[in-house]
Amino acid sequence: MDVIFEYRQILIQGTLVTISLAVLSLALSIVLGLIGAFAKLSPTRGIRRMGNVYTLFVRSVPDLVLMMLIFFGGQTLLSQIGGLTGLWDYIEINQFVAGVLTLGFIFGAYMSETFRGAILAIPQGQIEAARAVGMSPGQVFRIVTWPQMVRFALPSFTNNWLVLVKSTALVSVIGLHDLVWNAFSAGRSTHQLFSFMIAVMGVYLVITGLSDLLLRMVDRKYAVGVRRA
Amino acid sequence: MNPERSFYEYLESFSENQSPIDFVLIYDNLGRFFDGALVTLQLTFLALLVGGLIAVPLAIARAYRKPFLSPAIRVYTYVFCGTPLLVQVYLFYFGLGQFTTVQESFLWDPILSNPWWCVIIAFTLNTAAYTTEFLRGAIEATPHGEVEAAKACGMSPFTRMRLVILPNAFRRALPAYSNEVIFTLHGSVIASTVTLQDLLGVGRWLNGRYYLAYEGFLTAMMFYMAIVFLITFAFKMAEKRFLGHLRPRETSVPGTANIAARVARLDHHSQNLR
Repeated sequence: MDVIFEYRQILIQGTLVTISLAVLSLALSIVLGLIGAFAKLSPTRGIRRMGNVYTLFVRSVPDLVLMMLIFFGGQTLLSQIGGLTGLWDYIEINQFVAGVLTLGFIFGAYMSETFRGAILAIPQGQIEAARAVGMSPGQVFRIVTWPQMVRFALPSFTNNWLVLVKSTALVSVIGLHDLVWNAFSAGRSTHQLFSFMIAVMGVYLVITGLSDLLLRMVDRKYAVGVRRA
Repeated sequence: MNPERSFYEYLESFSENQSPIDFVLIYDNLGRFFDGALVTLQLTFLALLVGGLIAVPLAIARAYRKPFLSPAIRVYTYVFCGTPLLVQVYLFYFGLGQFTTVQESFLWDPILSNPWWCVIIAFTLNTAAYTTEFLRGAIEATPHGEVEAAKACGMSPFTRMRLVILPNAFRRALPAYSNEVIFTLHGSVIASTVTLQDLLGVGRWLNGRYYLAYEGFLTAMMFYMAIVFLITFAFKMAEKRFLGHLRPRETSVPGTANIAARVARLDHHSQNLR
């Protein structure tokens, strides 16, 4: 236990990296998820199909494989494009960017499933009524669709977020100095890996526990006026 | 002319002249990828099998709120569902060596110092935790009438569990279980971080050996996609067989006309198949 206290500084640093990685990926995944959800519900066949291909692809490829492909392959690809066009000569994707891009891309697919279900759960009559009183599509989304969508999407959204937090651990494999990486190197140098891994598990449990609490509060806010069974 | 040879020659010229990806290298190492796929499948299904066997009694204890047992199981599932699988694997593979008693025990040499065993233990405990929780939900969702009817027929609690509650709970859990199988497969890539040569491990080896950026990962990706499609297809068939009575016949919610039409078309199609 003393050893972990001694190394608290680097563990806290790692935790901050993990949290910022998770939050940024979440933001990206929400944007991609909304785009994906509307693509999947689009009246145009081609766009609908693209949305479906996106979710199908992400569901079938493991996250670490995609992450390595983006981190190692993307780097080479960008350099090759730069070499061919002569616009830039060498570009380095850092691990943080690769992590955010990959996690955002992956969870964007799960979010689009979540949002699609939530949009479908809103009675179509409400949207028609909103259009009939002269709201613009933007207003319909902001005033009618969004508040109810959040309510319907929240349970599945919470679940996605918890899975996302846990997935951030994988970036340590491509060398980002997140919580797991820092704890691993500290544990290795002190020969106390078990204690450090237990500490890491504790931190993750605290993060997930706190976000559970927070999202329950959000749920209460958006569930105003709904009778619960 | 030998067609095999000409295909290889075609691949060679295509890789050299047109493609940024070296297909010859992939073709030459395809055998290794199949070996890797075997390791991946072995890890996945062994973990699922043992994890599933552990999960059934735990889920029953949870669903019937056995005192002491149920909270203890909840702590176990909470910890294993709430922390990353990677950390769990590290805990078993790297962590246990911290204790000299473990290092000196009879289990160390054959099992606990071996990455394959550590990965299997971590995967099994992980999938057992997830399976316990959704199986508990499925058991709790048993309609009370079914239990009453079974009691009225004079079934003992054990028979009731065996013939009524569990079979129906398994049916209800089937869609969730298909997700769990895919997640376990996706999780199995973590084996490559502790030196095992699974599919991703082979991909990383190939890239490291020839100093490549895409080939190994792309090939591994294709293999994973193929496996997931096969699993999804198998579960579709299973759901059709076991959950056929729940399939929507006709959807008439306005606004979902598109989807309704698609479901109807699918329905029509599947009826034609039969």
